[in-house]
Amino acid sequence: MKRFLSLTLLLTLFLAACGTAVTSAPEVRALTVFAAASLTDAFTELGGNFETANPGVTVTFNFAGSQALRTQIEEGAPADVFASASGKEMDTLITGTFVTEGVPQVFLNNKLVLILPADNPAGLEKLEDLANPGIKLVLAAEEVPVGNYARQALDLMNGSFGTDFKDKVLANVVSNEDNVKQVVAKVQLGEADTGIVYTSDAVAAPNLKTVEIPTELNVIAKYPIAPLANSPNGDLVQAFVDYVLSAEGQAILQKWGFAPAK
Amino acid sequence: MSKLRNFIYRLLNKGYSGWIFIVPGTILLALFVLPLFAVLMRSINKDFFNYAFSEQAFKALRLSLLTSTITTISAVIFGTPLAYMLAKWKFRFKSWIELIIDLPIVLPPSVAGLALLIAFGRRGLFGSVLSIFGVSLPFTTAAVVLAQIFVASPLYVRSARVGFAQIDKQLEEAAHVEGANHWQLFYEVMIPLAGRALLSGAILTWTRALGEFGATILFAGNLEGVTQTMPMAIYLGFERNLGIALSLSVVLVIVSIFLLMLTKQLEKHDQD
Repeated sequence: MKRFLSLTLLLTLFLAACGTAVTSAPEVRALTVFAAASLTDAFTELGGNFETANPGVTVTFNFAGSQALRTQIEEGAPADVFASASGKEMDTLITGTFVTEGVPQVFLNNKLVLILPADNPAGLEKLEDLANPGIKLVLAAEEVPVGNYARQALDLMNGSFGTDFKDKVLANVVSNEDNVKQVVAKVQLGEADTGIVYTSDAVAAPNLKTVEIPTELNVIAKYPIAPLANSPNGDLVQAFVDYVLSAEGQAILQKWGFAPAK
Repeated sequence: MSKLRNFIYRLLNKGYSGWIFIVPGTILLALFVLPLFAVLMRSINKDFFNYAFSEQAFKALRLSLLTSTITTISAVIFGTPLAYMLAKWKFRFKSWIELIIDLPIVLPPSVAGLALLIAFGRRGLFGSVLSIFGVSLPFTTAAVVLAQIFVASPLYVRSARVGFAQIDKQLEEAAHVEGANHWQLFYEVMIPLAGRALLSGAILTWTRALGEFGATILFAGNLEGVTQTMPMAIYLGFERNLGIALSLSVVLVIVSIFLLMLTKQLEKHDQD
């Protein structure tokens, strides 16, 4: 009987705790934003500003490869906003009715660049050097938007550097990473000789060297953003999306190396 | 049948205090069973074998079996003497060495991967010495094995140490009286007597190595056929193609169950 009493007591305490949590909930509002890994620095700053401008609102981010975020949303992860590095992932969510058609807006452009460790261990000077045998190249996996863009760019380079250029370059790949920040990390540690990432990532890692990819061989990544259709925080979500698209939001994005959506 | 009725009757009987054990215990058990059940249910469809026998799955399975086997063999070769010394010899700093060996078991694999990279990476503390000789570990199959040894071999050492420690001291003394040297004592007395502990330790290490993920993805990267093991293919398959991830998961669950049953069997024999 004693045991039963203590158990009842424990249960009552637990329910009481739940009760207080429920009554105090309306004052604090949480916004969960799923954003492409490349947006890590820019969105962290944007989120901080948004919280300051909206007291009582906390913005929580989940940064990962857009393809990983898309899968998590499909499997029922509670997201309010999705900011993707590629239209493909957004389209998949529209097909699955997680996002309403016509709602996503392109909010920035990004392009590709080669990054190298500061001391450039493989002595890479120009784009063509990517095909030098034996260099350690790290890409994002083909499923990751930036990995897909990189392979598209290599297709374009085939036109300039010879038809077997892409094959030679892909033979140098030592790892297919899960998101763009992993690629940056492997190059930053000096484990890889080079990697293909977004220009914004190079801005976020100023200690790295870069080799530019000329516009005609580059691929422009268009980032769409959209509220999730079943988000219970409709007004707040729209306010966040509007903030990202506002002059202030765009200025922050440009500061981090993204190009405005045009 | 009357047993069951008896059981239900006891459960319904007012004041039956067994509930205090049954309810929380069942909740925890459900937490183990339900996810595995869900994976099994979702993976059962006409495409299961297509995924399970796809080229990517095959390469990942082959690499996983190869690396985990090398890991287990290495753990036995290098871990047995270590476990033997820890169990039978007296020396300074022994408890510190035991602590170091147990550390990888409780350490998050991501810490292990980072530590390996900082130590043996191309720019690493010791890796920079290796690179003078033209050896670079990251992104190689050797890195996969190294990560697995780091994470999984302590399980073998632990089990072997306990196995050796349980051997009766009188047997050792008898062997000494018979004039056996260190090696003879070890090989002819200790190994046969600790055999089951060694075997179950080796199987545990093998299972853990098969499942290694966190340290591998940080230290070895991900390349099909070279460093992409089963857990890695599952993780990436989750984003690309859930079917592949589910089918591979089921394969790993089945292999793990089989290996665990084997250890259980060995432990049972040990107690007899």
